[in-house]
Amino acid sequence: MADTRADTAGTGGGRDGQVAVEVHDLVREFEVRRSVGRLRRAREVVRAVDGVSFSIAAGGSVGYIGANGAGKSTTIKMLTGILTPTSGTVATCGLDPVRHRRRLARRVGVVFGQRSQLWWDLPLAESLRILAAIHRLPPAVWRPRRDELVERLELTEFLTTPVRQLSLGQRMRGEVAAALLHSPALLVLDEPTVGLDVLSKERLRIFLREELTRNGTTLLLTTHDMDDVERLCERLLVVDHGQLAYQGNLAGLVARVGAQRVLVVDLAEPAPPLDGIPDTTLVGLEAGGLRQRLAFSPEATTAAAVLNAVSSRARVRDLSVTEPDIEEVVRRLYLSSGR
Amino acid sequence: MPVLWAFAVGGFRRFSRYRAATVAGAFTNTVFGLLRASVTTAVVASAGGTLGGYDTASVITYAWLSQAVIAAVHVFAWTELAERIRTGDIVTDLSRPVDLQWQWLAADLGRAGFVLIPRALPPLAVGALTFGMNLPTAPGPYLFGLVSLVLAVAISFACRFLLNLAAFWLLDLRGPMTLYVIVNNLLCGLLLPVWWLPDWLRTVAAATPFPSMVQAPVDLLGGRVTTPGQMAQTLAVQAVWLALSLLAGRWVLARATRRVVIQGG
Amino acid sequence: MADRPSAWSAYRAVLGARLRAQTAYRGSFAMEVAGNLANSGLEFAEIYVIFHNVRALGGLDLKASLLVFTLSRVGFSLADGMAGSMDEVPRLVRSGTLEVLMLRPLSLLGQIVTADLALRRFGRAVLALGVLAVVLRIVPVPWTPARVALLVATPVAGAALFTALFIVAGAVQFWLVDGAEATNAFTYGGSYAATYSAAVLPLPLRVFFSFVVPAAFVGYLPTLALLGLPGPAGLPAWLGWWVPAAGAAALGLALLAWRAGVRRYTGAGG
Repeated sequence: MADTRADTAGTGGGRDGQVAVEVHDLVREFEVRRSVGRLRRAREVVRAVDGVSFSIAAGGSVGYIGANGAGKSTTIKMLTGILTPTSGTVATCGLDPVRHRRRLARRVGVVFGQRSQLWWDLPLAESLRILAAIHRLPPAVWRPRRDELVERLELTEFLTTPVRQLSLGQRMRGEVAAALLHSPALLVLDEPTVGLDVLSKERLRIFLREELTRNGTTLLLTTHDMDDVERLCERLLVVDHGQLAYQGNLAGLVARVGAQRVLVVDLAEPAPPLDGIPDTTLVGLEAGGLRQRLAFSPEATTAAAVLNAVSSRARVRDLSVTEPDIEEVVRRLYLSSGR
Repeated sequence: MPVLWAFAVGGFRRFSRYRAATVAGAFTNTVFGLLRASVTTAVVASAGGTLGGYDTASVITYAWLSQAVIAAVHVFAWTELAERIRTGDIVTDLSRPVDLQWQWLAADLGRAGFVLIPRALPPLAVGALTFGMNLPTAPGPYLFGLVSLVLAVAISFACRFLLNLAAFWLLDLRGPMTLYVIVNNLLCGLLLPVWWLPDWLRTVAAATPFPSMVQAPVDLLGGRVTTPGQMAQTLAVQAVWLALSLLAGRWVLARATRRVVIQGG
Repeated sequence: MADRPSAWSAYRAVLGARLRAQTAYRGSFAMEVAGNLANSGLEFAEIYVIFHNVRALGGLDLKASLLVFTLSRVGFSLADGMAGSMDEVPRLVRSGTLEVLMLRPLSLLGQIVTADLALRRFGRAVLALGVLAVVLRIVPVPWTPARVALLVATPVAGAALFTALFIVAGAVQFWLVDGAEATNAFTYGGSYAATYSAAVLPLPLRVFFSFVVPAAFVGYLPTLALLGLPGPAGLPAWLGWWVPAAGAAALGLALLAWRAGVRRYTGAGG
């Protein structure tokens, strides 16, 4: 249990050519029991992760997106040593996650959107203190670090509130502080912005960008939110049914998939369907033509151009633009890969 | 009436989903049956072959029967109603056009109906195979015994219902519940036959509904109580306790609903 | 680094967190204590009722039976205080909290044990120790230095034995789905069996509750050794002197079982 190496718990990774995550042909199978008929249960083997390979260089920031059940959480669990791969290899921060779970835990910070790492009944400040003790951080190291995180995440006003009384946004910030307290080389965030309001999401993203650049921390982020990806990730991994459908950057993905934005116009009075506008497809019509939705590809045209075309045919009272959502992107990717 | 039947079936169905837990519970009952049968047999042997109206054979029967019925009679902690009171969900139950006590009684009878066979048969089978049991051959004990068992389940429910109602006034029911379970276990005939208790303790027990929960049905089913007169007396005592505990429950419920304090959030 | 806190302080911090969370609920704390007193009273009531009716049970008279009873209660309550939280394992698995524990640089078992060290549970141990002191004054033990040593070692070994039982019961949860109650048969059954002379059990049961679930080692066998009494078939009295060794061996086996359980969890996906 005693780890006497001078393990500095990862004061950032730095772009020194090291690899933070290396995954090769990773497979994870689950046995699932399904009721067949009244009494019998059939056993089925499901491949949650089906031959995934990728690597993340130290200091990189990668977004991991995919529909629910696509295998994201399973992969993360294998990266952190919670699950053993059925086959394939995984190395996190140069360590075998299952064999060196405890050593790895010093170098990784994880925030699970659905689960809390904090102590429910105690004030946030206490949780941080306990985590500092758990990570065996000397006071001279963790106190300044805590103060820094508290200030930049704006935790001061609810530091003494029991965690169970915090709002979701406050709790999330607390979780991020808890995950970063020991200055890990790798930060893993599993759906951190779910349920947050727009303002909180943005503030969290700003903090994360600063933090990552400052310390060279590697980021692995799973999310459903395209804006998260845009703001925080240099690279994307799109996973679908346990396999990697795409590896690359966001622009490439959008181009590959031909994802579309949607202009939603509220007209002054009901108008006949606005089809026939070049480079757009009419995808929705409501209230007898009072509200209409026009999808267009950002490569082919712009929202302004579409608006112009619409305005020439009807009076626009109000409008909004919807961005492509992950499910849609993944679905299109899946379709385009011809499976 | 059909509404209550629906509640009973609901209770039955809910428990049919806990298959693994039922198996595990039957296993525990069996192990404890082995232990208690051994202990009680040794006590009888040490007392010279008979004690308090039990000989070796009948005490074995007692030990296994008591393990067989406690799942249905549920002499353990139970705070479901208290939980609903605490969270405020009780309001939904109260707003139904069916009386609250009858609702829950019906559901509990359904539950008992479901668990009875799976939790009684395994211990009894193992008991018969290992220790050998002397169950009655006439139908009378079984008929009366079944009635007694239904009464026992209902009495146990009524007492637990009454205790749970305290959640309208107390924040934490754990203490009273623990005390209830302890006193219950001591006086109902689960740990040791009520007939073995020192006189003063037996008097105390007689002043409580607890012996009617386990000792009474076990006595009838096991053939300890043989004459029709005695059987009728046992059932009558049970009936009286059932009425008392149900009425007490209704009285407290009436007072509680009058000052409904909903602790939500 | 010289000024780096030790591993021990890490576990102490987890423990401290739990203690503080507990004393935050002061009201029910008193209730818990009262509940434990009542529980102990109930266990004692059983012996009282039995010896109200007979003079001896399983080859032991009232005083010897009291010694068996008390020694086993001390062992059980110490173990329950230390490792009673093992019965949380099914809940931890179901709620996914186990994963959170695995993300920390601490041993999983260590965290589960220290995370719920309950003051109230130790109250029972204190009570049991008090009763033991009283019982020792009325039981005529032919004291020798060896017997004194055995007396000191027995509660510790008994705690080790029951702790091992709890740990195995916890490990088994990784294989069972809904079967937490099945292990109760052995943990609580073992506890019950330990309060009595093992001679009351028929031979197969006696062997089981001595060498599989080591209930007889907690109170009965040490009592035989302390009082110089002969043992029943299958359980020679000299086994009583091996109680400390039995405790250590049981713990070792339990830790192996736990490791296997965790491997099963990470391999099977919980």
